[in-house]
Amino acid sequence: MSHNSVDKLVKMANQIASFFCAQKSGDPVAGMAEHLTKFWEPRMRAEIIDHVAHGGAGLEPFAIEAIKRLPAVSTAA
Amino acid sequence: MTLIKEIDFGTPESKSEKMITLTIDGKTVTVPEGTSIMRAAMEAGTEIPKLCATDSVKAFGSCRLCVIEVEGRNGTPASCTTPVAPGISVKTQTPRLAAIRRGVMELYISDHPLDCLTCAANGDCELQDMAGAVGLRDVRYGYDGANHVFARNSGEINFDWKPKDESNPYFAYDPSKCIVCNRCVRACEEVQGTFALTISGRGFDSRVSPGMDEAFFESECVSCGACVQACPTATLTEKSVIEIGQPEHSEITTCAYCGVGCTFKAEMRGEEVVRMVPWKDGKANHGHSCIKGRFAYGYAHHGDRILNPMVRESIHEPWREVSWDEALTFAADRLKAIQAKYGKNSVGAITSSRCSNEETYLVQKLVRAGFGNNNVDTCARVCHSPTGYGLNQAFGTSAGTQDFDSVDDSDVILVIGANPTDAHPVFGSRMKKRLREGAKLIVVDPRRIDLVRSPHVEADYHLPLKPGTNVAMVTALAHVIVKEGLVNEAFVRERCDQDEFRDWADFVAQDRNSPEALESVLGVPAADIRAAARLYATGGNAAIYYGLGVTEHAQGSTAVMGIANLAMATGNLGRRGVGVNPLRGQNNVQGSCDMGSFPHELPGYQHISGEKAREVFEKDWGVKIDSEPGLRIPNMFDSAIEGLFKGLYVQGEDILQSDPDTRHVSAALANMELVIVQDLFLVETAHYAHVFLPGCSFLEKDGTFTNAERRIQRIRKVMSPKNGYGDWEITQLLANKLGMNWSYVNPSEIMDEIARLTPSFAGVSYEKLDRDGSVQWPCNDDAPDGMPIMHINGFARGKGKFVITEYVATDEKVGPRFPLLLTTGRILSQYNVGAQTRRTENSRWHEEDVLEIHPHDAEERGVRDGDWVKVQSRAGETTLKAVVTERVATGVVYTTFHHPMTQANVVTTDNSDWATNCPEYKVTAVQISVSNGPTEWQEKYRELSESARRIATVIDAAE
Repeated sequence: MSHNSVDKLVKMANQIASFFCAQKSGDPVAGMAEHLTKFWEPRMRAEIIDHVAHGGAGLEPFAIEAIKRLPAVSTAA
Repeated sequence: MTLIKEIDFGTPESKSEKMITLTIDGKTVTVPEGTSIMRAAMEAGTEIPKLCATDSVKAFGSCRLCVIEVEGRNGTPASCTTPVAPGISVKTQTPRLAAIRRGVMELYISDHPLDCLTCAANGDCELQDMAGAVGLRDVRYGYDGANHVFARNSGEINFDWKPKDESNPYFAYDPSKCIVCNRCVRACEEVQGTFALTISGRGFDSRVSPGMDEAFFESECVSCGACVQACPTATLTEKSVIEIGQPEHSEITTCAYCGVGCTFKAEMRGEEVVRMVPWKDGKANHGHSCIKGRFAYGYAHHGDRILNPMVRESIHEPWREVSWDEALTFAADRLKAIQAKYGKNSVGAITSSRCSNEETYLVQKLVRAGFGNNNVDTCARVCHSPTGYGLNQAFGTSAGTQDFDSVDDSDVILVIGANPTDAHPVFGSRMKKRLREGAKLIVVDPRRIDLVRSPHVEADYHLPLKPGTNVAMVTALAHVIVKEGLVNEAFVRERCDQDEFRDWADFVAQDRNSPEALESVLGVPAADIRAAARLYATGGNAAIYYGLGVTEHAQGSTAVMGIANLAMATGNLGRRGVGVNPLRGQNNVQGSCDMGSFPHELPGYQHISGEKAREVFEKDWGVKIDSEPGLRIPNMFDSAIEGLFKGLYVQGEDILQSDPDTRHVSAALANMELVIVQDLFLVETAHYAHVFLPGCSFLEKDGTFTNAERRIQRIRKVMSPKNGYGDWEITQLLANKLGMNWSYVNPSEIMDEIARLTPSFAGVSYEKLDRDGSVQWPCNDDAPDGMPIMHINGFARGKGKFVITEYVATDEKVGPRFPLLLTTGRILSQYNVGAQTRRTENSRWHEEDVLEIHPHDAEERGVRDGDWVKVQSRAGETTLKAVVTERVATGVVYTTFHHPMTQANVVTTDNSDWATNCPEYKVTAVQISVSNGPTEWQEKYRELSESARRIATVIDAAE
């Protein structure tokens, strides 16, 4: 995966985080994790999980917390 | 097949619930109070002669042909202007009435040409019909006196005669045939609401006059065709009727342009369309139309249309015309090879909002069942995907809450980021009619759209916010509603989740969300925001209509949820006159979303991860379906650039022109090993295609479209497909090359499958549509006749969900390098990327895209009206001509994206909505400077367009 693509995913994840971290009801972190599971294609999820595993540079703490809750993804095509 | 003729009742229907009984010609008739005697008679089956009356406009009482006698009353009143009264006895035919009518007709005919046999209206002329009805046998006055008929009287020039006005490309105006019935003038006012026509002069000098006695084309006329339809003679006639003659049969079909979904009678002679006439019984348009649906269908015959399949090994080669079999085998083999080499997930497809429900359904089925992945998306991704997400979060369904008729009961109309009079013209006219009746109007738009101030319509408040600040605006409006105690507490208590409401109310009530605190962010006076919020909350039935100005932002989904919050907080949901109404861009945006075109959803918005839903489809299709969401359009592009996504089947969408950041899109397309384009023309995307499958127009196939009010309507085949196949058949042929063994013979079978597998469509069938005309989903056992208004007794999801809408400024910020904000939109005469409308005479109204710029910004940069200017953003640059106008605020520039050479999307960026990746078309930071002409990119692109469109000449050996 190119560096460029991770940057884009980081930006998208931060955007999503900015919505969910403003929510009060329920569990906003779980809300973000669910959003990623429902709408992100597995390869994208795998890439962002991998990025968090390598420190998650550029990601907001809220986003990191949510991504950490994502189950591992199998991307065998 | 016959020519469908609707009954003309003469005057509009009365909405009164009080019934009145009277006698007409000895028959007892009961009708609603306020009904005219003319209409009551027609309902009872008696047609009173008439000329100036038609039921699309109010009674006028000028022709005096519809006179009647009422027992016990003096004189002979006009039946069109005389309302029914209890117990009266009416006679529609007596010797006295017959004599009066004949006398009236004699006068009319004495100033009308007698060229019936060579007249274009021959066979469709009410004057001719009335002459017959009243028994006119003689015109005693002769033709020698003053008249409007002859260019010369006894050799002398007749100054009362006027030549034909043929300036409008679609219809002609022949003043010599005018009987001054005023129907055209009234249709322009009452139906269309443009007020372009008037009667100038008085008495014998009375003339229909467009604008200030201008030619039609030069006047304010918007060419909607209402006047032509209303004209009882050949004064206003479609040029196509003049050229071809009268039609002999017709079929009801649905317009393939915007999301209003007007139904038309396609009036035919053999397989030739004579004209498209809006169908009076159409529930979306009630007999009205706009320039696109009414007149711009000629693209189906345009010389640019490709009728043979074509292939090429690489995009640098010219196209090679081949047989269908060869093209489809080429496509299927490459698809298989790509999947074998790069994996199952390396291919995908894009469905079209211009194609039918059945066609989009088949494309997504091909992806899920044939490609074995979920990499399917639709052009709704780039327009209304935030609506789907936002409304589903708030209410539990991804659709607008009302039917169009609901606007008749609105007291306050809040329009946000939509321009109905340009982009949804027939609904725009409907809205203007309600506004003229006194409804209040709030417009939230950076630009002064026509609705802000046009004849007899003026917005009570125009809030010209800075592009990109919608969320701050809806939150500020909510702040006022909460802080000033305007919340409909009973509604919220009964229908919404209480905890979420309280969290939301606490949030919006914070001082930082007040109009005053946000004034500098929004650029709108706080007092106006407060007043608008009060009006929305307390003005009676309040309805919100919004468009892509809301969705196409980094916070598009948040803004949609903010709008839903406003409606819930004020109780404006679940009845007529209120609601949250997304105005859909293309004809079948709603339908393509409904049909499972999104990578995460099966038809009917059933999430792909849901085992139960998947099982239903798996059983029916006999395959396993991947439970993971696939790639969305922008993800496909990103993935293609990384070299992971290699094959794409695009049906009826021009992604290269319509999607943002053209350089990025073209780089992605160029990286693919197979691009299959199925379209009418060699659209821009086809520059990068290896297989071209010629598609067909809506006139050449059967199917259904679903409009913005969830109304499913039929399209009917009126001519054989010029390319040989309907688009659904082409998808089937391709699927079968991939081993799918599909055997649909008629699109109705596809709809039956959809109904079988999709709970919200369970009751839909062609049989039902043929019987009822249309149905608004959900249509199933719970709602057998569909649901015009949703959420009447509660929300689909249970309790309404309030969502906190924190404003986050977009990354697209103005700064020293890019100090202006560019926003984009549409114009009336053109449609989307213009592939259709640019190939019609509509282009005469809008030959090129221009850049609107405020006089202050223009002066600072030395830009004069008409100058070429360069528009530069982070993403790219392009040039176009400037129009200096105060329609846009300082700091904002505006353009449309209908023409490929403008390349407006070279400038737009890859920013997108957080939830759905819907591109942020509406905000791009730019700089403007004077320029000499097209940029290097534009010149290069022009060369590419020419070279990519080359088709190899086939040399026939037999010659």
